[in-house]
Amino acid sequence: MNIHFERHLNILDFTLSSLLRRKGKNFSLLTMYLLVIFMLASLVFFVTALKREAAILLRDAPDMVVQRLVAGRQDLIPTGYAESIASIRGVNGVRPRLWGYYYDGLNGANYTIVADDYTASSPESAVIGNGIARSRSMVVGDLLPLISYDKAPLMLQIRSVLPSESDLMAADLIIITSEDFRTLFKFPAGVATDLAVDVGNPKELTTVASKIAQQFPDSRPILKSEILRTYQAIFDWRGGMVVIILASALLSFVIFAWDKATGLSAEERKEIGILKSIGWSTSDVLLLKFWEGVVVSLTAFLLGVVLAYANVFFLSAPLFTQALKGWSVIYPEFRLSPNVDGYQLAVLFFLTVVPYTAATVIPCWRAATADPDSAMRS
Amino acid sequence: MRRSIQFIVFTAVNLVLFSLLPLHARIAQKTADAELLAQAAPLRRLQLTDLCLSSEARYTRHPSQADRHAPFQEHPLALEHFPSGSMILPSLQPRETP
Repeated sequence: MNIHFERHLNILDFTLSSLLRRKGKNFSLLTMYLLVIFMLASLVFFVTALKREAAILLRDAPDMVVQRLVAGRQDLIPTGYAESIASIRGVNGVRPRLWGYYYDGLNGANYTIVADDYTASSPESAVIGNGIARSRSMVVGDLLPLISYDKAPLMLQIRSVLPSESDLMAADLIIITSEDFRTLFKFPAGVATDLAVDVGNPKELTTVASKIAQQFPDSRPILKSEILRTYQAIFDWRGGMVVIILASALLSFVIFAWDKATGLSAEERKEIGILKSIGWSTSDVLLLKFWEGVVVSLTAFLLGVVLAYANVFFLSAPLFTQALKGWSVIYPEFRLSPNVDGYQLAVLFFLTVVPYTAATVIPCWRAATADPDSAMRS
Repeated sequence: MRRSIQFIVFTAVNLVLFSLLPLHARIAQKTADAELLAQAAPLRRLQLTDLCLSSEARYTRHPSQADRHAPFQEHPLALEHFPSGSMILPSLQPRETP
């Protein structure tokens, strides 16, 4: 066998025996390291998968949504605006949308009510999201009572329940006819919640938006790119949830690496002294410490990433979903489609494994270059 | 078996598992994406604008439709009520003007 390979094997054997001699300390170190990587990798997987899923699902979002603002708050928009917007060159169509929120006092949940005559098809019937069916234990054919703004009950017969796979979009959705919608919310005629504008050429979107803003100064056009950007911002490295978890995990890692880098224990110093006095060269000692770093960090990295993958894509990341859930009563049960971003894994590797290995080698280099006699005496 | 060989075998197994992740992701993605699009098809005509991630407040249920001051519009001195609201950051890039 190659002599160099044999040398590495011998040093690796010694490293493993040396690590096992301090079993308790090294296992706790490995566990903590593994946990940090597991948290960071879970976060990376969760966020990139959600971003990707958002981009796929929001492909069907309208090219532009036009809201009306009154004193900085969104207000109902007159359907007359739709006709004027439809006459702007480049606009293919304008659809007034009727939607709103309903608070259910029975279970404390908020529902999103959307009017669509095609989906609901008949009056006093509803298509509901799987989250509502789960929360209220309802099946097709059951009656869902909602209290209208007139204090009169509106009994909706459940025509169908949306599949659980659409939970990420529609867990809290109730789709009813526009007539029922107007009855439920005592919604005035001639107004809509907002307008969905279809623009054929995406390059014309900003021009159309400026024209709308000019023609109707009280309007607020929201472009599809802005909708997508909102979701990119929510799950961005630099903001929101991600930065909170990332900062705490990185901080704990920094403390942990700092502790390692600031010095060796007296026992380790003595060990290096003995090794040098029995004939080990400085490079052998450094190789030993390098292998020590590799054993701990590579094991923690590989295991951490594999476990994080299983946590996010097989167990649906229970920790993060709890954080997103907050006080919500209706919550989607979704399984993310797996997504591995090589770039982010590489960043994770260089942020964790490389500094740790360096942190173990540098203090050892200082000890290994010292006189063995003084190292043993210290 | 020598400890070093045991460790190399253990690491090799981990490495194989690790390198199988992108492969599994690619295969699973194909079926999962098709399923996702098929299940979302009935919702296509509704032209929904947001994901149902958190339904505790209107600005966390529909973050893309909410104003930037939405969490504070209850009252000028009102504090953020909802846990998920503190995790959602508004999109800060300005719109391009023609």
